[in-house]
Amino acid sequence: MARASTAAPSGRSPASAHKSAFPRIFTAVFAVSVALSLRAAQVDPRLLVERAALANVAKFVRDMFPPQLSREFLGLMLRPTLETVQVSVMGTAIAILIGVPLALTATSSLTWRGVLHERTSRVGRWALGFVPYILSRAMLSVFRSIPEFVWAFMFVRAVGLGPFPGVLAIGVAYGGMLGKVYSEILDGVNPQPLETLQAAGASRLGVVVYGLVPQALPNVIAYTLYRWECAIRASAILGFVGAGGLGQQLELSMRMFQFDEVLTLLAILFALVATIDFISGRIRAWIA
Amino acid sequence: MMARGGAMRRGRPMALWLSAGFAALLIWSWQGTGVDLSSLFGGEGLRQIATYVAKLFPPDVSTVTLRDAGAGAVETFAISLIGSLLSVCLAVPLSLLATRTLLYRGILYEGRRLGPAPRVARISLYALGKALLNLLRTIPEIVWALVFVFVVGLGPFPGVLALGFHTGGVLGKLFAEVWEDVDPAPLEARQATGASRFRILVYGVLPQALPQFVSYALYRWEVNIRAAAVLGFVGAGGLGQRIHVAISLFHEHQLMTLLLAIYLIVTLVDALSAHLRARLL
Repeated sequence: MARASTAAPSGRSPASAHKSAFPRIFTAVFAVSVALSLRAAQVDPRLLVERAALANVAKFVRDMFPPQLSREFLGLMLRPTLETVQVSVMGTAIAILIGVPLALTATSSLTWRGVLHERTSRVGRWALGFVPYILSRAMLSVFRSIPEFVWAFMFVRAVGLGPFPGVLAIGVAYGGMLGKVYSEILDGVNPQPLETLQAAGASRLGVVVYGLVPQALPNVIAYTLYRWECAIRASAILGFVGAGGLGQQLELSMRMFQFDEVLTLLAILFALVATIDFISGRIRAWIA
Repeated sequence: MMARGGAMRRGRPMALWLSAGFAALLIWSWQGTGVDLSSLFGGEGLRQIATYVAKLFPPDVSTVTLRDAGAGAVETFAISLIGSLLSVCLAVPLSLLATRTLLYRGILYEGRRLGPAPRVARISLYALGKALLNLLRTIPEIVWALVFVFVVGLGPFPGVLALGFHTGGVLGKLFAEVWEDVDPAPLEARQATGASRFRILVYGVLPQALPQFVSYALYRWEVNIRAAAVLGFVGAGGLGQRIHVAISLFHEHQLMTLLLAIYLIVTLVDALSAHLRARLL
């Protein structure tokens, strides 16, 4: 990382004098935080080559083969596999429901800045624009900063076991991420067509529908599909805290030291993720 | 998914088919997960959630809890930082193996062709690299964490290893794509002057790839701080372990303090990463 910073062109003017100190300070701070983190994380590579550890690895690998492929086990896993897909789809749908309205109010060009608000009074901009803008930004930030895993555990406590808390967890956490990125996309659109529409006398809604949406839509869809790919991975592990799907089986098999079942479950997970990545990737390529 | 050629002409039916497909998928998932939106946004579900949220307040600010949350936050930060570094250390060599243009084809091999035996050896090396990266990436962090808790015992160290292995697979794939996508013009210029393969690599490929490597590594660090905060659920240290205990024992006020700690540490890393990205690139 330090290399990249020194490689950047450094001007010789006195104004950039403090800039040239940056690589050295950065390297020093980085080295100190790594050293302290090594202590705090109790990193001890010797543990990996201890006889007991190696024996555990050997047992683990030995027990994985042959994978559990009995018809009974595979039949039992069908339902959780489908449930994992369903949770990811429903979770993403809820995330869109949460993300879209919050993104609209979290977009400065829609609430208080730029071409849409030239005719609004200063007080109106504050009360109807800036305040909701800050509030929705704060909500999005909380939603996406708490990991979906923690959300899932809390929702399990609040609404009970099953796929429903998993859906809610993905909905809330991904709603926060979608909302943030949607608002960045909306803020980044070319203002020219909006100004033209405005000048032609279009209403505010008209400007949004005919100027903003067509520009933003391809990026919005592509990012949502990408998040769906992430959601399938998330949905597969949320079961660890009782939110249904493959994760629950995975946790069970690991706790019972049934590593042959673990191998099968990981293979199912791989196939699932690869399929959805492929489908979503093709659609994204088609859109772009 | 007719991605080629006919996209414009056939755009409309394609969009219709896709929308219909997604609508069907959504209805099927709705049925399967038993989500009841009306109860969620107006009845039982919402009330249950509101009751739970109300129980979280006020956060516990006793010295003991604050110190515990602080220690957890520091541990989580350390796990994410060292885990991310480990992942870069794994990803760089593995990505070299998983890059065709570095192993057996493309501009580096235009002048000096490989014999059939070395070529086959290198293609198998490439397949091996790809397979390893797939393996590392497919296994979720939390499963790696369970494995490493089993191997090296409880504590933050298995968390570091888990992040390093999973993210190593993710970054390795991304790095390999970066290696393959570098702009060939500077490489051709160097090749024309008769530079060796090694020199083309160091002076042509590396300067192009490095900024993207840094950018990807920083992005994964942001992902990893969130992951580090939950690995404790399976005994791999950090805030997750404390959250697991607080939720399991119904210590809601402590939970709120820990949630605030997660929020602060995640926001801090996001800001730091954004700042570094702007500064370094």
